[in-house]
Amino acid sequence: MTIETKDSKVVLEAVQSAVTRYGASQDELIPILNDVNREIGYLPGEALDELSRLLKVPKSQLFSVASFYRMLSTKPRGKHVLQFCESAPCHVAGGREVWLAVKEVLKIEENETTPDGKWTLITTSCLGVCGVGPVMMIDDDVIGNVDPAQVPDILAKYQ
Amino acid sequence: MAIFRSHVLVCVDPECLKKGAHDIMDALQDELVTKGLIDEIQVLETSRIGGCDNGPEIMVYPEGVHYVGISPDDVPYLVEEHFLKGRTAEKFVLKEKTFIDEELSAPTSKEVRIVLKNCGIIDPGNIEEYLAEGGYEGLGKVLTSYTPEETIDIVLRSGLGGRGGAGFPTGKKWQFCRATQEWPKYMICNADEGDPGAFMNRRVLEGDPHAVIEGMIIGAYAVGSSQGYIYCRAEYPLAIKTLNIAIDQAHALGLLGKDILGSGFDFDLEVRMGAGAFVCGEETALMASIEGKRGEPRPRPPFPAVKGLFGKPSNVNNVETYANVPQIIINGPEWYASYGTEKSKGTKTFALAGDVQHTGLIEVPFGLTLREIIFDVGGGIKDGKAFKAIQTGGPMGGCLPAEFLDLPVDYQELAKAGSIMGSGGLVVMDEDTCMVDIARFFMDFVQDESCGKCTPCRVGTRRILEILEGICEGRGKESDLDTLEMLCEQIQEDSLCGLGQGAPNPVVSTLKHFRSEYEAHIKEKRCPAKVCKPLIRYDIVDGPCTGCTVCARNCPVNCITGERRQTHVIDPDVCVRCGICMQVCNFNAIVIN
Repeated sequence: MTIETKDSKVVLEAVQSAVTRYGASQDELIPILNDVNREIGYLPGEALDELSRLLKVPKSQLFSVASFYRMLSTKPRGKHVLQFCESAPCHVAGGREVWLAVKEVLKIEENETTPDGKWTLITTSCLGVCGVGPVMMIDDDVIGNVDPAQVPDILAKYQ
Repeated sequence: MAIFRSHVLVCVDPECLKKGAHDIMDALQDELVTKGLIDEIQVLETSRIGGCDNGPEIMVYPEGVHYVGISPDDVPYLVEEHFLKGRTAEKFVLKEKTFIDEELSAPTSKEVRIVLKNCGIIDPGNIEEYLAEGGYEGLGKVLTSYTPEETIDIVLRSGLGGRGGAGFPTGKKWQFCRATQEWPKYMICNADEGDPGAFMNRRVLEGDPHAVIEGMIIGAYAVGSSQGYIYCRAEYPLAIKTLNIAIDQAHALGLLGKDILGSGFDFDLEVRMGAGAFVCGEETALMASIEGKRGEPRPRPPFPAVKGLFGKPSNVNNVETYANVPQIIINGPEWYASYGTEKSKGTKTFALAGDVQHTGLIEVPFGLTLREIIFDVGGGIKDGKAFKAIQTGGPMGGCLPAEFLDLPVDYQELAKAGSIMGSGGLVVMDEDTCMVDIARFFMDFVQDESCGKCTPCRVGTRRILEILEGICEGRGKESDLDTLEMLCEQIQEDSLCGLGQGAPNPVVSTLKHFRSEYEAHIKEKRCPAKVCKPLIRYDIVDGPCTGCTVCARNCPVNCITGERRQTHVIDPDVCVRCGICMQVCNFNAIVIN
């Protein structure tokens, strides 16, 4: 895999700035983890070490929280994360075909990252925009009424 | 407040965003600056204003001109024509209004909109529009005229029940929390709407955030809390953004913070984002998540009103519950209680989905029958097919067959029929639905979302799923039904939280009402709805088949043989049951047996 692993300085800076933003308390753990995850793309072991030191919470406990939530990742992710809605309303509206198209274009399966480190493909629970299903979310953009034929064009917009 | 002569609303619905709505906004801003009009004309984001079929759509007020199909290059022309020369740029005007909001259309005659009153009507990013609709009048009334006890009494008399699904009287909940002599107390809004197909809370948060905030402030005053949290799922970034803007605006006007409206009452509010866990919609799991822990439920009692967030008394209500409160205060509890049935008062929002003509959000008074909801409000079943079942209450709800169509919908009647109100998902299923397959689908969801803390839910749902998969694939045994019933009972009895206790509902209700379908799968190895692929076979009928060879040429596994102009034959051992032959046949010669 050619995914660049972030150097320690970047990781520590991201942790520091999140802790400064929210305060060094376990109550703020979810916002802190969300921010670090967004900044780095995932939660590297180093980040958890540093958080453990700053928040005075055992690393095991931090890992148990980090691995519980679907949107936090303890493994490296690609530059863009494509979340595909796997819920019934989207499934019924033709989601299955779009899912197959996405996998074909990216040439990866669920929970995998493309070799160039650009894309990670995961599924998500209902995004609540069932009126415009099938729906997928790329980073923070919700994209509705997706047609299998549009998939290459949609993905091409992300550099 | 600045006064603009014109407002340009740009639709930032996902569909329009995809077609470059933000580029249009940027181009508009730039052009207005260039032409020196930026102080006269305001550019705003809005939710869906049209069908989004023709690219970014914009609406210009006060004229109400609806433009479509604009690219950033067209913006200078548009600005010059409309805002400098003062004439409509005809070539971009939407010719035919074909727009239907799939999520929220104009109310039908049987609907009553209290919670959805402002959705799609006011700009959620502007507190002044909410104020113009009577917003924060309820709060003003409470702070100036009522004691906390009187406020609770009003909510109690209105009959408002918890809209998260359980229907517990909101006034009672507030009373319990007020009675606990410990401070600080926390006011929590559960905005972790995770049921697939349910999006009424999202629409309220995105369309009328101040109604929720106002409801929370009133509740906080009633229970004696000075700090609140809105726990919103991370899957709703727009709702979180809208809420944060709304909170800032409320702060600026002194509606949040210290000494609200000069009353001496302090209350502050913070949005907490989840990180993707369905179980966090359960109140104890939700509080654990705010505390920075794994979102795992804990046993109750102690109830949150006694020991909740950070071990302090807390009050947790759903988005819709809070959004009702300001209306109850303004119009009085008797007005609210005039809607609904004897035991369930007021209205409920539902997300109508599945095989029904008009899907989307509706708000109806309790007591309407399922038939009225499906046929009068929802327009009936799609494609003229027959109604088979309706699932109420989301993934942990039950499926009700046609004999329940005249059931008045309220908390008590649904429970009696073996289903639940839940958060308000209604999935309508037509005659082509296999109920075993549906039960399997929901069990797949539940076992995926089980947090894993207690064994009946973690392991039990997995076992149920395996049995259902076996039945759908033709490996069902006669003893399976007894095993299923036993498992369902144990999971219901022994699970810690609502997720586990409700998880077997789809299986229990389908076993009860559609038992013959399970039996057909098991004993006759037949799927009556012709859905379960391993149990069906495609055949070519002798008469209509003209031997045109289209099916054989399109079959991906080459299992169709036959001479030209002779009836063809499908080899069931090779056939993968993809159904392509049936789609391409021009003579309806292929049937499922």
